Amino acid sequence: MIEVKKLVKRFGLKTVLRGVDFHADAGEFVILLGPNGAGKTTFIRILASLSRPSMGQVKVAGFSLPDQSAAVRQRLGVVSHMPLLYDDLTAEENLQFYGRMYNIDALQERISTVLDLVGLSARRRDMVRTFSRGMQQRLAIGRAVLHDPDVMLFDEPYTGLDQDASEMLDVVLKNVAAAGRTVLMSSHDLARAEELGTRFDILTRGIISASCTRSELGTRNGSFIGGNLLTFYKQALAG
Amino acid sequence: MLKPLEITKKPARNYSRAVMAITWKDLAAELRSRELLSSMLVFSLLVIMIFYFALELDVKARNGITAGALWVTFAFAGTLGLNRSMAVEKDRGCLDGLLLAPVDRSAIYFGKAISNLVFMLIVEAIVLPVYSVMYNINLFNPGLLMVTLLGSVGYIAVGTLLAAISVQTRTRDVLLPILLFPLAIPVLVAAVKASSGFLLGLDMSEITPWLNILIVYDIVFTAVAFMVFDYVVEE
Amino acid sequence: MSPQSRVLKVLNVISAVLVLAAFLMAMFYAPLEKVMGEVQRVFYFHVATAWVGMLGFIAAAVVSIIYLRTQDLKWDIIGLAAVEISLIFFGITIVLGSIWARPAWGTWWTWEPRLTTAAILEMVYLAYLLLRQGIDDPERRARFGAVYTLLGGLSVPLTFVSIRLFRTIHPVIIGNGGSETMAMTGSMVATMLFSIAAFSVVFVTLFWHRIRLGQFSNKVEYLKMKASLTEFTGTTH
Repeated sequence: MIEVKKLVKRFGLKTVLRGVDFHADAGEFVILLGPNGAGKTTFIRILASLSRPSMGQVKVAGFSLPDQSAAVRQRLGVVSHMPLLYDDLTAEENLQFYGRMYNIDALQERISTVLDLVGLSARRRDMVRTFSRGMQQRLAIGRAVLHDPDVMLFDEPYTGLDQDASEMLDVVLKNVAAAGRTVLMSSHDLARAEELGTRFDILTRGIISASCTRSELGTRNGSFIGGNLLTFYKQALAG
Repeated sequence: MLKPLEITKKPARNYSRAVMAITWKDLAAELRSRELLSSMLVFSLLVIMIFYFALELDVKARNGITAGALWVTFAFAGTLGLNRSMAVEKDRGCLDGLLLAPVDRSAIYFGKAISNLVFMLIVEAIVLPVYSVMYNINLFNPGLLMVTLLGSVGYIAVGTLLAAISVQTRTRDVLLPILLFPLAIPVLVAAVKASSGFLLGLDMSEITPWLNILIVYDIVFTAVAFMVFDYVVEE
Repeated sequence: MSPQSRVLKVLNVISAVLVLAAFLMAMFYAPLEKVMGEVQRVFYFHVATAWVGMLGFIAAAVVSIIYLRTQDLKWDIIGLAAVEISLIFFGITIVLGSIWARPAWGTWWTWEPRLTTAAILEMVYLAYLLLRQGIDDPERRARFGAVYTLLGGLSVPLTFVSIRLFRTIHPVIIGNGGSETMAMTGSMVATMLFSIAAFSVVFVTLFWHRIRLGQFSNKVEYLKMKASLTEFTGTTH
């Protein structure tokens, strides 16, 4: 569902991505880890068709970027650390607006389903301005799944959330991923990542330097005690 | 968990629906907050009052100067509104949300331009009668209203595009008028001359050239903005 | 640094010689104009610098379209060069125009359509430079710059038309003479044409130099970045 070959992205003279190879199938929940400035956000923005690749092949949901970007956007849901919502509209109005942008039929029914999914049905007529950060983030996820995308991209969705809000977001994310979608999420929170992800890719200095699946985690390092995501991450960064 | 959706592709309908959705969204948000319109209006009224003291608008001076005073007011108020309307999209990342929608990006331009135009026309619809009352001048003139519409279309056409540019720069708060005014001179000159032509009851043959300039400007800049908007929002 | 090519070195010399020759022609070859006297000699340079400014304006507009089509940063350097040259030369034109206007019409500034349009174009250029200053990402800077130059290229002719119309409806008392009614003798025309030709060569030379400068400054920026990257990671990429 996501296929990236030798992706290079330059901003003027600065090369941010230096040949990323990446692949994710339907049903996979891939977590993208890496230090700040490694290019995670840039990578996700390219997959989201918000940024043009300088070189290389990018295919999302079966369509290549940037040539078929409208087809990709139809099948893609994106959540970033910014909510992409309008403060002066209610939760429902925000979804109505985005529903029209995606040309969704039977919109009202769909909005109710989505608001149920993210647990905001009771607040549907309240302005987004009055929402807590966690509620805004859940509504942002509702906005992203509104058009039933095949591929979902999450860029640091936990930024600025407290413990409770993060746990609620866990539930929503699991539900969203359960529908057989391909999910790619960047994160700094290793504990949360370990719980959600089926595979872990590490992006350092502009390339994917290491990758392992959840089942490989325990055995990979040969040490059962330290064989968790943290040791894998540290070894990947060191080597 | 979620029912799969049957998403059918109807590009043409999708385009106009997206344009209208953006305009509807802007108007609905504005109806609630009234941030943008109220600041544009208060600002306009202040400018009109300052003109009285700055230019000593006595009865004789008024007839010649009214058109100029009005258009200076509209131009300044217009930049306030343009700046604000784009800043709302940029600050909360909503511009990305618009760009993620599966419609041609020029739909975003037209949606924003139409709502900006509506805001400007609302301000003008209030400023004109207030000016009439304060300076005891009859501004209800079909010709003047048409010029106001034509001038606003051109001003907003190029202003919306430039606001999308300036909001993405470091100096965005000050940049928009600097970018906009030198390019808007043909609109402002033509709108002022045509307006005062109608107010002074000049012969149509003297007004027509100005109307032609306004129409040419409107068409040229709407078309160009449509063509280059992609370059302004892509990365 | 690659040294200047032989052609450019020759152009440097030719430009200097031609400008000097144009100066001498204006001063000694062209006859004294009866109405205006000596100050009329400024006219030859006024026209020639305006010509160069115009070349830069057209080049900038054309190059902006090429940049948007190709997205090749080389065209951004060329576009910036064209704008800067046009900015400087229209600036000189305006100053020379003032020197002319003072004795002719008793004022340093007249709202003559061409002069006013040139002044507004200077504002467009300054806005362009301010816009570039506010953007860090070179590609975005180039894209926005090209879009703005293109808009300027379309609006400035309309500005000229509207100012011209503005003036015909509102005739002014002063300045009904000017270059249009000036009776030009054969040697005056020759001087003017020579001056225009000389400054065209100057335009090519300066354009070339400015593009080279742009390439160097890009290279410096690149080397600086490479150096800071080496410092940071300990390796070169």
